[in-house]
Amino acid sequence: MIYLDNAATSWPKPDIVHETMSRYMREIGASPGRSGHRLANEAERIRLDAREAIAELVGLSDPMRVIFTLNATEALNLVMQGLLQPGAHAITTGMEHNSVMRPLRALEQRGVSISVAPCSRDGTLDPQTIDEAIRPQTRLIVVNHASNVCGTVLPIREIGAVARRHDIPFLVDAAQTAGCWPIDINDDNIDLLAFTGHKGLLGPTGTGGLAINDDFNIDMLRPLVFGGTGSRSEHEHQPDFLPDKYESGTPNIVGLAGLVAGLRYVLDRGLERIRVHEQKLTRRLIDGLYAISGVCVFGTRDPHRQTAAVSFMIDGQSASRIAHDLDERFEIMCRPGLHCAPQAHRTLGTLPNGTVRFAPGLFTTEAEIDKAVAAVAQLAEGTIE
Amino acid sequence: MSGFAVILVHSTGHAVQAERVLKRAGLTVKLIPTPRHLSSDCGSAVRIATTDRDRGADVLSKAGIAIDRIEALDD
Repeated sequence: MIYLDNAATSWPKPDIVHETMSRYMREIGASPGRSGHRLANEAERIRLDAREAIAELVGLSDPMRVIFTLNATEALNLVMQGLLQPGAHAITTGMEHNSVMRPLRALEQRGVSISVAPCSRDGTLDPQTIDEAIRPQTRLIVVNHASNVCGTVLPIREIGAVARRHDIPFLVDAAQTAGCWPIDINDDNIDLLAFTGHKGLLGPTGTGGLAINDDFNIDMLRPLVFGGTGSRSEHEHQPDFLPDKYESGTPNIVGLAGLVAGLRYVLDRGLERIRVHEQKLTRRLIDGLYAISGVCVFGTRDPHRQTAAVSFMIDGQSASRIAHDLDERFEIMCRPGLHCAPQAHRTLGTLPNGTVRFAPGLFTTEAEIDKAVAAVAQLAEGTIE
Repeated sequence: MSGFAVILVHSTGHAVQAERVLKRAGLTVKLIPTPRHLSSDCGSAVRIATTDRDRGADVLSKAGIAIDRIEALDD
C-alpha cells in the first residue's frame, strides 16, 4: 500500500505520537485549567508544551499567544468572522481553499466586500495585485501559504510587507506548509497565522490553531465561541486575556499530547532536512509524471516553489476514475476532484473536472514514487489503447 | 508567617507557565490551590519563598507573564 494523501492528513504518524496519546489517556486523563490537582496540572503542562513548540516553530516569543482550535478552518473562521464587520473589505487570492472562500462568501452576504487577487495559471501571485486591490475600508488580507491543490507557494513575506505598509492585518493559512516549509511570523510580516496539527506537524486530527503576533491588538478580534475557560469563573463575561479569550470549553488535550510529540519529532529532525527530502520526492514525481505521454502536470513544476502536492490529469480520463483505479489495482491512495478549492481550480483551468493529487510525505520513499509513476503510466497507456 | 508568598496570575494556564519559567530561572516554586480569601478563582497559584519574591516577580515580568497580585501566605 502506498499512501500519497499527506496533503489531506499525514500518515503514518511517528510511533511516539500514538504512544504519547496513549500515555495521556492511561496516566493523566484530566482536563487542564479547571482544577488544581496534580493530573489537571500535568494536563496543563502538556498544553503549555504544545504552545511552546508552536511558538518555537514560527518564531513567536510569547507561547500564550498560541490559541488551539479544532483545525485550521476554525482558526481562519475565528479571524475572518471576528474581525470583519459589515462595510469592511477583505482581500484574498485566486488560489484559496474553501476554508477561506466560504467564510468570506458568508460574510459577503452580511455586507463585507471581497476582492480576489488573480493568480497566474501556475498558481503564482504578484504581490502588486494585492497592493492594487487595497481600499480605504480594507480590514484584512488573507492568503494561503501554499495551495492544497498544486503546492504553489505564495510570496507571503512580500504580501505581508504590503499589508504592513497599509497597516492592514495579515492572516496566513499555513495548513499546507507548517512543518515542511520555513515560516517566521516576524520576518514574514504575519499578524495571524492559522495552522493545522495533523498534516506537516504529524499530530492527530482535531488539532489546529492560531498564532497571534505580539503587536496584533486582540481588542479588535471578537471570539468565535464563548464559554467556560476555568479562569475568572465568577464572571459571566468572557475573559479578555490570551489565550482564554479564544479557548472556551474543554480542549482536545489527548490531541495536543499527540501534537507535541509530532511537532517535537519535526523540530528534532529539522525542518530543512524534511524539506530537502520532500523536494527530492517532488522532483522525482513531477519529472516522472511529466514524461508520460498524455499526462498533464499542473502548477509550477518546481520543487523550490511548491510543496509536495502534485496535481495531474490523464487526457480523456476522469479524476475520480484514475484515483479509483490507483486504489483498486495498485493500492495507491490519493485524492481526486476539486480538493475543496474551486477557486484554485478556476485559476489552474481545471474546472469542472478537477485533478488527481499525489501528496508524498515525510515517510514516503523514492521507490514508492517510482511505483506511483509507473502505475500512472500504465493507466495512461490504457487510454491510448 | 510561613516564609512563603503566593503569586496570583490570570489562570491556571498562566500559573503552570509561571511555574515553568521560575523553575527554569532556578527558583524553587510549587503550584498550590488559589487561596479562597485572595481570589474566587478555582484554579492554581504559585507558591514561592518570601526571600525569592522580588526575583520571581522580576523573572515573570521579563517573560511577559502578568501578575494579578503577590501576597504573603499565612500558615
